[in-house]
Amino acid sequence: MAAETTTSSTSTGRFSGLREFWYYFSMNKGAVLGLVVFVLLILVAIFAPLLAPFPPDQQFREFIRMAPPWAGGTQPQFLLGTDEVGRDILSRLIYGSRYSLMIGFIVVTGALVVGVTLGLLAGYYRGWVDALIMRVMDIILAFPSLLLALVLVAILGPGLFNAMLAIALVLQPHFARLTRAAVLSEKSREYVTSAKVAGAGHLRLMFITILPNCLGPLIVQATLSFSNAILEAAALGFLGMGAQPPTPEWGTMLARAREFITSAWWIVTMPGLAILITVLAINLIGDGLRDALDPKLKRS
Amino acid sequence: MATVLEANNIVRDYHIGGTLFGGGRTVHAVKGVSFKLEQGKTLAIVGESGSGKSTLARILTLIDRQTAGELKIDGQVVDIAKSGVTPAMRRKVQMVFQNPYGSLNPRQKIGDVLMEPLLLNTSMPAAERRDKALDMLTKVGLQPEHFNRYPHMFSGGQRQRIAIARAIILQPSLLVLDEPVSALDLSVQAQILNLLADLQDEFGLTYVFISHDLSVVKYIADEVLVMYLGEAVEQGTRDKVFANPEHPYTKALFAATPRADVESIKARLARKAALATA
Repeated sequence: MAAETTTSSTSTGRFSGLREFWYYFSMNKGAVLGLVVFVLLILVAIFAPLLAPFPPDQQFREFIRMAPPWAGGTQPQFLLGTDEVGRDILSRLIYGSRYSLMIGFIVVTGALVVGVTLGLLAGYYRGWVDALIMRVMDIILAFPSLLLALVLVAILGPGLFNAMLAIALVLQPHFARLTRAAVLSEKSREYVTSAKVAGAGHLRLMFITILPNCLGPLIVQATLSFSNAILEAAALGFLGMGAQPPTPEWGTMLARAREFITSAWWIVTMPGLAILITVLAINLIGDGLRDALDPKLKRS
Repeated sequence: MATVLEANNIVRDYHIGGTLFGGGRTVHAVKGVSFKLEQGKTLAIVGESGSGKSTLARILTLIDRQTAGELKIDGQVVDIAKSGVTPAMRRKVQMVFQNPYGSLNPRQKIGDVLMEPLLLNTSMPAAERRDKALDMLTKVGLQPEHFNRYPHMFSGGQRQRIAIARAIILQPSLLVLDEPVSALDLSVQAQILNLLADLQDEFGLTYVFISHDLSVVKYIADEVLVMYLGEAVEQGTRDKVFANPEHPYTKALFAATPRADVESIKARLARKAALATA
């Protein structure tokens, strides 16, 4: 370990930062596990047509609500059973990973970029900019989030992309508030003044001096929002405003299987488990990221 | 000797309050302070908390603007309210802050701390910036391998050395030090003061040294300016002010300094003994 730190502290190439980051990230075993699961999920999403045993919308009418073979089912080709119209659940989950990961990524990225920028502006400039931005955020927060998303989708028209847009808009006040609070406490610190004396302009102060010091809570919020986004997309799908059937989106699958929760548990359990595992993996990565990005936790 | 810094009647007011019903009030933090400082000299600004020392420092370092009065740096009139702060002005004035634990960005490596002023104010190529930062690091008594470390890995004294290196890397004509040693241990204070004296000799730096510690002032200052409630109540050379304080506040300030030499301890013990027997 000592040898590793000395080499990383003397080399200043382009990759030394990455290597150092990986060194600290890999100290957290949970985060590495989460990363492995997440990478596997991404691979599954990319190679879905090669991995899935059946097309996601092929119906086997003679095998409706067939239990998995390891839970009393008679058909070994349906590893996770079939759903209410006889589609192979495993195939649908594999194809569904594409939608769910995309929803998570796009929603979180959108909410993060907009929310962080607004929060930074509000916390940095204060005054009327702050008042204007934060009152608008308060108004958005005052609505029940699902209701607001529903209204937005109703205005924009149903569909997966509009649903993502609506969810991103509903989630971003959380980012804006967190960022603003962190910026307020960081802005009065002396290192910000000293950066100003060193000649840093407003943009540099905001994005390079202050923002990196506010990252901790934002990373956690981003990973939590990832799961929120998937679930809200599912709720919108359930109400007919998100992904439209027969799209194999996990949330939509989960929502449509609700009526079989007592008679055919695997239909609701499998998509639920898929969401759970994804969300857990992402939260573990988030923890690891926060620790790896925090210089105070680094040992010299 | 060229005059580096000239302040004429600097005034700074703060407006407080101003709610819907009350008009708010005005606090006069600095009330017309004037002084001149020549190159290579050290001016110590002394005063208690709230006397306007730090406000004056913020004006001198172009962080805040003065409400009224004229500030001349290197003979040029500087008014940031009118012209903003140009890189050329930044290069002339730099500052070292009181708290070495707060004045370094926890997410910035030491190398980047030192290179930031060069990056922002000069058009030096990256390799040259790096060499200069490494050079400065050794000048303030740190090692080149500290270049890629983070501030939290250093002690208070080392951090203050880094802060000093950052301040002088642009070779400013004026360096404002806002109580640079008051957060440090006594032994470390001495090291930092010696470092400051060495750097002053080497680069011909001009210091404005803000402090409330008179023993430090006596050691480092050429001229002394005593502030009280925003006014400069006494100014002059160190020897004159220390030998013959004129203003009552200065006298009170000197009288309040604890003495730790053998004579005064003996005298104090004698007074105590006299009280006990009486």
